[in-house]
Amino acid sequence: MPGITREEVAHLARLSRLELKSEELDHFAEQLNDIVDAVARVSEIAADDVPPTSHPLPLTNVMRADVVRPSLTPEQALSGAPAAEEQRFRVPQILGED
Amino acid sequence: MTDITRWTAAETAEAIAAGKVTAVEVAQAHLDRIAAVDEKVHAFLHVDREGALAQARAVDEKRARGEKLGPLAGVPLALKDVFTTQGVPTTAGSKILEGWVPPYDATLTKRLKDADVVILGKTNMDEFAMGSSTENSAYGPTGNPWDLTRIPGGSGGGSAAALAAYEAPLAIGTDTGGSIRQPGAVTGTVGVKPTYGAVSRYGLIAFSSSLDQGGPCARTVLDAALLHEVIAGHDPLDSTSVDAPVPPVVEAARNGDVRGMRIGVVKEFGGEGYQAGVMQRFTESVELLRELGAEVVEVSCPSFTYALPAYYLIAPSECSSNLARFDAMRYGLRTGDDGTRSAEEVTALTREAGFGPEVKRRIMLGTYALSSGYYDAYYGSAQKVRTLITRDFEKAFEQVDVLISPTTPTTAFPIGERADDPMAMYLADLCTIPSNLAGNAAMSVPCGLAPEDNLPVGLQIIAPAMADDRLYRVGAAVEAAFTEKWGHPLLEEAPAL
Repeated sequence: MPGITREEVAHLARLSRLELKSEELDHFAEQLNDIVDAVARVSEIAADDVPPTSHPLPLTNVMRADVVRPSLTPEQALSGAPAAEEQRFRVPQILGED
Repeated sequence: MTDITRWTAAETAEAIAAGKVTAVEVAQAHLDRIAAVDEKVHAFLHVDREGALAQARAVDEKRARGEKLGPLAGVPLALKDVFTTQGVPTTAGSKILEGWVPPYDATLTKRLKDADVVILGKTNMDEFAMGSSTENSAYGPTGNPWDLTRIPGGSGGGSAAALAAYEAPLAIGTDTGGSIRQPGAVTGTVGVKPTYGAVSRYGLIAFSSSLDQGGPCARTVLDAALLHEVIAGHDPLDSTSVDAPVPPVVEAARNGDVRGMRIGVVKEFGGEGYQAGVMQRFTESVELLRELGAEVVEVSCPSFTYALPAYYLIAPSECSSNLARFDAMRYGLRTGDDGTRSAEEVTALTREAGFGPEVKRRIMLGTYALSSGYYDAYYGSAQKVRTLITRDFEKAFEQVDVLISPTTPTTAFPIGERADDPMAMYLADLCTIPSNLAGNAAMSVPCGLAPEDNLPVGLQIIAPAMADDRLYRVGAAVEAAFTEKWGHPLLEEAPAL
């Protein structure tokens, strides 16, 4: 198994939306390598004929009746927002200027 | 007057119901105790003095009106800071939620309030419940009341320490890989991970949704059972909630009798990496169960040696998805929004500033395990191991009623010893993880002090899913026999704070 490089950590950080500092990249690369080395053992016993388990309960979709219920007010829903305006979450620019 | 904070929850509720003490006096005694010792222990992140006294007053008024009180009415409780509490700060031990005040109660919070339990405050924990020592809290570590220089376990170290320091007779934890049982073991208290789906996850800040399970923490097996009955039961707001009657846990806790029970010792738990004193106390527990009339046999669960690696692929994978909600847009921290940066840049800067190292490690590990090219080898294989572990349990429970093992390989280790060594930290959950992967029920109950360091050792009991009552039956028998042997509960040997 190839080791996790500094560049790969930077890629994972981008995917994870983490603006890591330069010194963190080396530290995490070393630690993630150790962890991945240790956990890669799972493939030793994961034979083709073993079905995967994603969840302990054999549940299918659980639906509720489609009826109107009390819910949070706009003020409550926005109470933890870093910024709000006109009953909406105010966010930084999402699309380019032009 | 005897010290109220030393009473069990059952005794406290009885005294309040009988009018021997008021709920306000009980709440005040615990708030005073917190004021006296929590500077040293740091079990609490937030003490809700006003809220607790108001809840207590309501109980006293209810009694004055002649209304019937529930079995835990007026009993104080320490709530892990991972359950939402309307109007009371909730941080999950993270900077990214510093100052957040939830607009709603978790179902578990609501059930506690409906049962007239008095919530004293919110307890310290590893950030987003990721850790085994509470050192990953963004708000500083918690000390183990047995030795303040040692860890109280984790992630629910605050809840376990609050019990052991007599700051509360009841506490709530969550157990994703051992976060209720391991803190219970290293603080000499009782911790129960109920069957997956038994306690609602609505309002529980998600770490790994297929593993997370809330549960009771207490100083006695009966107290844990009384709390279990209050918090368990079907919740339509949680689609993974089990729609079945709660097993008769209180009845089982009042009837600790193991005569004729078949008990299996898991062969794979023990040997290298296990502290000698832990194994000594475990072996004594096995002997004790035999003396009490149980038939003890050895069973083999060969896939269990792969549980830890499977867990450290599955839990990070689920966490990398769950923690995507912390995007700096709807609640929590936002940094770097200076008008020039895009939303995506602000999200990445905020998550860098708001998450601690363990959370970042796990998010990246999960992202790696789920990425194309690695998915089959890592996440896919881990899911297959999960199947094999479940099969091992099924086979074992064909032969025995419950399984037992040490809860943890070692006693409480010194604060700082494993802080920057993730693999060493992960080993603390070696024996507890299989039950989370399979979704069954498990308990840790004190079984003595390790002779080499005089620190508590926990006995783990594991029962099939929805047979949680068996934990309490065995746990109560062990507790009663050891208490008789020692002449007092184990916690009385803890040094004064």
